[in-house]
Amino acid sequence: MTAAIEAEGLTKTFGGEFLALNGVGFTVEEGTVLGLLGPNGAGKTTTVRVLTTTLVPDSGWARVNGLDVVKDANKVRSSIGLAGQYAAVDANLTGRENLRMVGQLFQLSRKDASRVADELLEHFNLTEAANRPSKTYSGGMRRRLDIAAALVVRPPVLFLDEPTTGLDPNSRTAVWQVVEDLVANGTTVLLTTQYLEEADRLADNIVVVDRGAVIAEGTPATLKATLGETVLDLGFSDVGAASAASKLFVSSWPAPPVLDGSILELPIDAGPSQVMMALRKLDEAGMAPTSMTLREPSLDDVFLSLTGRRAELGEDN
Amino acid sequence: MTSTVLPQAATPVKRSKLRRSINDCIVVTERNLVSYVRIPDQLFFSSVQPIMFVLLFRYVFGGAIATPGMSYVDYLMPGIFVQSLLFGCVSTSVGLAEDLQKGLIERFRSLPMARSAVLFGRTISDAVRNIFVMILITLVGFAVGFRIGTSFGLYLVAFALLILFAFCFSWVFAFIGLSASNSETAGLMAFPILFPLTFASTAFVPAESMPTWLRWFAEHQPVSIAVNATRGLMQGGPGADTTHWVVLTLIWSAIFLAIFVPLAVWRYRRVG
Repeated sequence: MTAAIEAEGLTKTFGGEFLALNGVGFTVEEGTVLGLLGPNGAGKTTTVRVLTTTLVPDSGWARVNGLDVVKDANKVRSSIGLAGQYAAVDANLTGRENLRMVGQLFQLSRKDASRVADELLEHFNLTEAANRPSKTYSGGMRRRLDIAAALVVRPPVLFLDEPTTGLDPNSRTAVWQVVEDLVANGTTVLLTTQYLEEADRLADNIVVVDRGAVIAEGTPATLKATLGETVLDLGFSDVGAASAASKLFVSSWPAPPVLDGSILELPIDAGPSQVMMALRKLDEAGMAPTSMTLREPSLDDVFLSLTGRRAELGEDN
Repeated sequence: MTSTVLPQAATPVKRSKLRRSINDCIVVTERNLVSYVRIPDQLFFSSVQPIMFVLLFRYVFGGAIATPGMSYVDYLMPGIFVQSLLFGCVSTSVGLAEDLQKGLIERFRSLPMARSAVLFGRTISDAVRNIFVMILITLVGFAVGFRIGTSFGLYLVAFALLILFAFCFSWVFAFIGLSASNSETAGLMAFPILFPLTFASTAFVPAESMPTWLRWFAEHQPVSIAVNATRGLMQGGPGADTTHWVVLTLIWSAIFLAIFVPLAVWRYRRVG
């Protein structure tokens, strides 16, 4: 396999002090999806901006399709598509005009640009809205137009910066389907996300970033295995009760329990029997939780287990 | 949702570097002009302002200001032309700051297009808009008594000279727009530059009545020079020295371009 994206030791400082990137590096094999996972301000967008040539790193290097993103920036630009929160469509232009404009800026003839625009609109189910200014679009439609704009020249490498942030569940599923279609057609995708669920569903590999550095890397399965498949949240009447309950599990539980105020979080990796075991332990000690929830691990859990602290809302660029 | 297959990729047209840059510039210019037409209220209010200036100066101040050798409305109109076109340059900085804020520049920067095309597209579309402003104010001027004292041919020369001067001046505002933190600031940053230049000038009153230090500034700064050139071309008259002012206006235009095109392109490359 050859690498479609390689990055090594990328650093970037903003305003002389805020270290946005602190040695980020990873490799994305051709035809695979990499999920760049992290909270706001972790450096996801900054990484994408370096890889899409709109930001020059202070040090380190990166190659896309074997081309250096600084030295061969213009060649890189010809072979990538970028969609996401910081690369927008023009609100005053119609969907068709937006796509035609991007096509023409890729040096397509007017005729070809129009044809590609119409085909993309149809593919993304936007034909009916094609002649309306894009500011009248719903969030999901705008996101689809945005992704369509990134696909005008069928780039071999596609960057999607938080493609589903702020979308309703239906639109989110629609965007996921688009990405899956593209990957099935051989496109390499790098997508950034704050949702573990999204990375789990779409990505072949996940890179977790925090404070501008990679803190974990692996397939969704390996990452989740280190976390436990599921988390059991047990609510108690107060912090004291929760802390007393946590002592029952500290040494005897396969993965360490986490105390969050009056809520005790227990990683569950062996199915329902383990939930029953937890409840039996509490019952034997004469303790009763006031609430109980079983949920999939969140980004927060990934963070907690990797860094020992909660994902914080950092500066959002 | 996606029942059809993805479209066949089209092959880019093979073009020389210069042809590619020109193509990019035309595409961006078109996009800006479409936006202007799509927001008619913005177009409307940007036309109202110069009309108001014509009427206010003509009827409020006009009676109190003595002008040598010509009626006040004939003296005033060249000043109004220059002022309106320069005020129009604010849309250059606001437009670029908005594109920046909304992430459009980020999209453009990720495309394999000429780095200068976004800036030339903006300044050229603003020049096209200025042509309409110029025609509009001429008509309003005629309605309130303005007459060309020389010839229609010389009026057209003045017309072309001013569009060129404003185009070159708008590069100052391209640089401002890319340097501002948001579009509101970009708009506000324009006025500390525009007000002294247009009002401490020979646009609305002769400089003779100003205090010595201000008079020196008013007589030598580029806006006055462009106004004097326009007045000379439109009204002529003894001692107009038109050629001198036209040449100076062209020199100032070249200076604006020479300094602010590189600065704006430099800013565009590093912005964000």
